[in-house]
Amino acid sequence: MAQVTTSRDPREFISASRSKILSSMATGDRIFAFITRACAYGVFVLLLGIMISLIMGAWPAIKTFGLEFLITRRWAPQLDEPILGALAPIYGTLLTSFIAMLIAVPFGLGIAVFLTELCPIPLRRPIRVAVELLAGVPSIIYGMWGFFVLGPFLVHYVEPPIVWAVQDIPVLNIIFGAEMISNISLFNASLVLAIMILPFVTAIAVDVFSIVPPVLKESAYGIGCTTWEVVTNVVVPYARVGLVGGVMLALGRALGETMAVTYIIGNSFKIDGSIFSPGTTISAAIASEFAESSDLHRSALMYLGLILFILTFLVLAAARLMLMRLEKRAGA
Amino acid sequence: MSLYASRRRSNFTAMTLCLIATGIGIIWLFLILFSLILNGLPHLSFSTFVEMTPPPGETGGGLANSIFGTLLMTFLGVGVGAPIGVMAGTYLAEYGRYSKATPAIRFINDILLSAPSIIIGLFIYGLVVLPMKNFSALAGALALAVIVIPIVVRTTEDMLLLVPNTLREAASSMGLPRSHVVWHVAYRAARAGILTGILLGVARIAGETAPLLFTAFSNNFWSASLLKPIASLPTTINSFINTPDANMKELAWTGALIVTLAVLGLNIAARVLGVAKKQQ
Amino acid sequence: MNEKISIRDLKFFYGTSLALKGINIPLYANKVTAFIGPSGCGKSTLLRVLNRMYDLYPNQHAEGQVMFDGRNILDPDVDLNLLRARIGMLFQKPTPFPMTIYDNIAFGLKLYEKLSKSELDGRVEDALKRSALWSEVKDKLNANGLSLSGGQQQRLCIARTVAIKPEVILFDEPCSALDPISTAKIEELIDELKHDYTIAIVTHNMQQAARVSEHTAFMYLGELIEFDETSKIFTAPHDSRTQDYITGRFG
Repeated sequence: MAQVTTSRDPREFISASRSKILSSMATGDRIFAFITRACAYGVFVLLLGIMISLIMGAWPAIKTFGLEFLITRRWAPQLDEPILGALAPIYGTLLTSFIAMLIAVPFGLGIAVFLTELCPIPLRRPIRVAVELLAGVPSIIYGMWGFFVLGPFLVHYVEPPIVWAVQDIPVLNIIFGAEMISNISLFNASLVLAIMILPFVTAIAVDVFSIVPPVLKESAYGIGCTTWEVVTNVVVPYARVGLVGGVMLALGRALGETMAVTYIIGNSFKIDGSIFSPGTTISAAIASEFAESSDLHRSALMYLGLILFILTFLVLAAARLMLMRLEKRAGA
Repeated sequence: MSLYASRRRSNFTAMTLCLIATGIGIIWLFLILFSLILNGLPHLSFSTFVEMTPPPGETGGGLANSIFGTLLMTFLGVGVGAPIGVMAGTYLAEYGRYSKATPAIRFINDILLSAPSIIIGLFIYGLVVLPMKNFSALAGALALAVIVIPIVVRTTEDMLLLVPNTLREAASSMGLPRSHVVWHVAYRAARAGILTGILLGVARIAGETAPLLFTAFSNNFWSASLLKPIASLPTTINSFINTPDANMKELAWTGALIVTLAVLGLNIAARVLGVAKKQQ
Repeated sequence: MNEKISIRDLKFFYGTSLALKGINIPLYANKVTAFIGPSGCGKSTLLRVLNRMYDLYPNQHAEGQVMFDGRNILDPDVDLNLLRARIGMLFQKPTPFPMTIYDNIAFGLKLYEKLSKSELDGRVEDALKRSALWSEVKDKLNANGLSLSGGQQQRLCIARTVAIKPEVILFDEPCSALDPISTAKIEELIDELKHDYTIAIVTHNMQQAARVSEHTAFMYLGELIEFDETSKIFTAPHDSRTQDYITGRFG
């Protein structure tokens, strides 16, 4: 950008030296822009890398077992020609997550309603902090505490009465029956998982409830609705999509949780219909068996990992889409 | 009974249930902390920080190698993951704000955010451990870095988006190149939030176990090498829980107490940092 | 009077919709030109073309000629950073950087010029004196820029802008967020600044336009309706629409 000038205006001089400085900064500018873009696309590459890595590791097992892997119950890695099936881990993953959500969601919603509508203002902060701290506790602590503290408590005080109460009721005595009540069971694992998931559900529910425009609630209060009526008739319908999304987000977390359930679930590949029996989840199976595994056994564990990844991916993707719908609706 | 009275009753019942739910929900925090302190505090002493993990059958010992391993890998993990995360978040909020790829990247990032951490461990196992033919602290640190990245991307982007555009325009209108606008103005305005995000990332990975199981593995002895397996507090706790050895179990509780206090402390620090800046 | 900036047949598009419909107008050197008109008439849009601020956003583009120093600044190969260093801008809401008062001003200076500490101090003081802020902040140069009042913040932004020695300063409704006393101070300032800079000011306050400017442009629905000396516009406008706006028939 040459400037043809005959005047001696000192401003012209400033311009020439400035353009030198600015062009020397241009390269740095371009490099910085490139780095940010590379890192952003790197996120995408990361996801791709994980998928490819899992597929490669699982490939021998995929070739050997195919899709029947998903419905085979037997898990016998010690055989010369191992027979391996994912049914027990998949069953355990789905069952523990389902029970955990069944418990955590009502509690989480209840806490969220309390925090957003009822709680006296000075108490709000401490309770929210307590919930966030709970969410921050590492999952191995939950697992350890569940194994050493909660489990024995359940085994001594909670499970025997239930087993006794249903022993003559058909169907229920299969689900809640047990020949031997032990510390390790699907039920115990589900409970620990529920306690772990609770802060997530609460935090998301509180966030979702906060998106509801105050004017809507005020209009309802203004015509004399009770708090409960405002919640059920205004807040929840408005935030419904977000709540479902939030719940699915928590579900995605629960499905993939490892350390909270590994100790207390028992690593058993049997399925007998009772929630008081030991079982396994996909992540617990991988955590327990990976170190000593080899060849086809290891590949099968990676196949399990692939299944888990696809499952959580679908759940989380659906969750995010729903949360995006809520945000769009609120005009955020 | 009049309609109004029954409405009031339902409301009272529902609200009481919510109150009870809150009580029950919060109680776990205190129960867990209580157990940790009850079981872990008695054996917490100076030797915990200087002695190595003991083999079965012995008494005493400490967690020095585990603590060091956690510090090393956490530090490295954040050192690698946070800059990448900040750069990526910067792209999403600044250079790429109007790009069509940005919503897709954000979507993928949010999925990675909640991905099972054991899968990340498997990924790094295939990527790093297999070619190296052994477990290593480096692999562990990389697994933790992969977990940190989505967290930092999200918080960085969110914080940068909060910076008002007029501030950027004011800087641009002085002729500042784009990188200067971002670096000196946008980052400065969002600094507290970005640092808070990084702190939260640290808190998250300090307690992670699953991704370290097949990357860093474990080590009963002191190791400061990046290329060899290394102990960490979570993996040590993991292996000590399942032994019948009482001494090791005690150390597991002590380790659990240390990890929990560290993580909670980091979380509180992040909140304080975030709140303090907001009041300014 | 020579033209510092000559705008010829300027069209501006938000996406496909035409916001400026062919504007022709001069900005005279060392004079204050005011742009008035009802909301949405395009006056801010026009101002933001002059330093190509719209380049920061997608789907906005301009056609035509804006001649500055013998070049059309709408050409794609114009160095935007250099352009913006020569044509500065002030915004409706004061935008001090999140730094100390001193750094707010030194920051731009350090970018363009190598100055010793004492030279830098001198330039900062000079800029603050030119924006009538020096006496109020000289004892607290290390305070955060955001700790100042609204009027002071705006003057800080003016100091920041004049420190890098631009040739043109664009004011986009600079006083609409300020109280009357700060407004008066800034208007006094503009009166001073025009001796060294060419000034364009967009304002929705007609009395302000009448007070500070020598020339006024009245715009309506993306067109330039009338441009003349300020005294003539406000006493004997040619176009009936100008007359209606000035007398408050619409606004």
